[in-house]
Amino acid sequence: MTRVLGELNAGLRESLEMDETVHLLGEDILDPYGGAFKVYRGLSTRFPDRVHTTPISEAAITGLAAGMALRGLKPVVEIMFGDFMALCHDQLLNHVSKFKWMYNRQVRVPLVVRTPMGGRRGYGPTHSQSIEKHLLGIPGIRVVAPNTFISPRQMLVDAITKDIDPTIFIEHKLLYGKHIRDPRTLSELSVEQTGGMYPTVELTWQGAPRPTITIACYGFNAELVAEAMEILAFEEEIFSETVVLAQLSPLEIEPVLRSVLKTSRLLTVEEGGRSFGWGSELISRVCEALPSSALNGIGRVAARDLPIPSSRKLEDELLPSVDDIVQVALQTTKANR
Amino acid sequence: MSSSGQTQLTESQSQRLREQFVQMIEIRLFEEKILHEFPTGKLFGTTHTCIGQEANAVGILSAARRDDVVFSNHRGHGHFLAHGGDMKGLFAELMGKETGVCGGLGGSQHLQWNNFYSNGILGGAVPCATGIAMAEKIKKSGAISIVFMGDGTLGEGVVYESLNIASLWKLPMLYVVENNRYAQSTPIELNLAGSITARFEAFGIPAVELNTTEVGIIHESARGLIDEVRRLQEPRCLVVETYRFSPHSKGDDSRDPEEIAHYRQYDPLLMLNDVLSEKERSELATAAEKKVLEAFRQAEGDPYRQVDEGVQTSLEPEN
Repeated sequence: MTRVLGELNAGLRESLEMDETVHLLGEDILDPYGGAFKVYRGLSTRFPDRVHTTPISEAAITGLAAGMALRGLKPVVEIMFGDFMALCHDQLLNHVSKFKWMYNRQVRVPLVVRTPMGGRRGYGPTHSQSIEKHLLGIPGIRVVAPNTFISPRQMLVDAITKDIDPTIFIEHKLLYGKHIRDPRTLSELSVEQTGGMYPTVELTWQGAPRPTITIACYGFNAELVAEAMEILAFEEEIFSETVVLAQLSPLEIEPVLRSVLKTSRLLTVEEGGRSFGWGSELISRVCEALPSSALNGIGRVAARDLPIPSSRKLEDELLPSVDDIVQVALQTTKANR
Repeated sequence: MSSSGQTQLTESQSQRLREQFVQMIEIRLFEEKILHEFPTGKLFGTTHTCIGQEANAVGILSAARRDDVVFSNHRGHGHFLAHGGDMKGLFAELMGKETGVCGGLGGSQHLQWNNFYSNGILGGAVPCATGIAMAEKIKKSGAISIVFMGDGTLGEGVVYESLNIASLWKLPMLYVVENNRYAQSTPIELNLAGSITARFEAFGIPAVELNTTEVGIIHESARGLIDEVRRLQEPRCLVVETYRFSPHSKGDDSRDPEEIAHYRQYDPLLMLNDVLSEKERSELATAAEKKVLEAFRQAEGDPYRQVDEGVQTSLEPEN
């Protein structure tokens, strides 16, 4: 089965093939280099007029893409490391996200910005962050993240060619090497997937007692949660239900609510810093939506609120691990609010 | 500031200058009306008028095609009107009426109509406009992209990122700098090092600098540059030394009144005294005044934009 990297490469190729208004912009994306993470391999050779290598100007290339999108093209911008998203924040916040609304729906901005986030490679404080939380909740921008339970290829194709709103496509560096999961290999887990361009996946133990905790996560953390689920089930006899979201913002909590109504407990997992993170919002929304009697435990697994050190050992201590997820899940199931 | 002596004009040149006078005086009276009405509470927020700078908008945009794409800034009413924008729609927009250019949602600094865009983040328009040039080049539409900046805008880094790309990729872009010597309250001596034109030339973008309020001269210069941009598919820059008689926004003006009085001698409207008779100017001014007042009156009568319109104001994704 293909790895996520191959899926993304295929998604870009398919988008270029399907739609001649698609243009790719990014730094170092031309062949033979094909991008810092090789996502662009083969594309500039095949589509020389539509793959544009740019100077190191994150703000300008985002603004350029905004202008191109306003005038009928479908640009895809790569920001080489998610840490560099800070450089294009004004263009996203004050231009891209606002054009459709403040211009009274007279325009559309069908652009995609894709970027790899994440640590665990020892790259240090400015090349390891998961700072997508700073993009969540901006009205007018969709933030999505692929995972191995769905088709990243299809998700990227849809984001580029079908989604007419601005979309930020958050990838995780460690996800690139992971294989897309074959549902047949998950025999003890039932996998339900919602419809839409950015499907939510629900993982439930088949033929097991009623689940007593819901674990919500996205992107690479689904890998860690899947491992934690097994440990919780086989070593602790705690059966969890996992909800893997692909769309981080705007937040659609229905699948999470459905699960929490069954389990009465919610644990959120993210690699970003704990404070003001994705988990905070998800838990707040669930608390707002459910009567207090329906919720018996909440927990958050996230990185500590510190820069990420370069030393791998320190990095591992700071970032969420499978064991962290297991421990917090145990605490959450034992506690009662 | 320079002013040319009387030259022999052809009929078509005279006619064009007459039309340009009309455009300029309409902008002038529109802006004066705005400043006059703000204290009455009929207009929301703030505004940045271009009184004194009308020749730039009119001279340059009368040399552009209607399908050329203009990106302006906070001081954009003149650019909007000169590129064919509707006066009543602009009044209504400032009043927050549903008949406004952007249905009352954008206001003075956030306009979109036809091939006109504006946004209130200084410098932020420059990469967008550069991307617009890229799109028009790719689409082979023949249209060019024009962005209006001020001297203050040259403080923003993203401007230089854009110049580099426009030159590298040979984009059909005209960068216009209206140097009115002040960025809000700050005179240019405290803001700008080096030369404005040299900034563009450093990126390989030829730049022309004008020091005039004569609309005819600005028009000729713009026409030549726009033609080059369109024909050669390359960026160009036009710097116009200019002066605004109005405050930065509504009442904030700490400039020396003598300095302002000095520049009023070069009011772009006065610069056509040799071309149009006093009688003609008076008639055109009266007609313009009538048009402005009528547009204002109509806008006043329109309903306010309601916020609870579900889909219209929702930012939920469409699909």
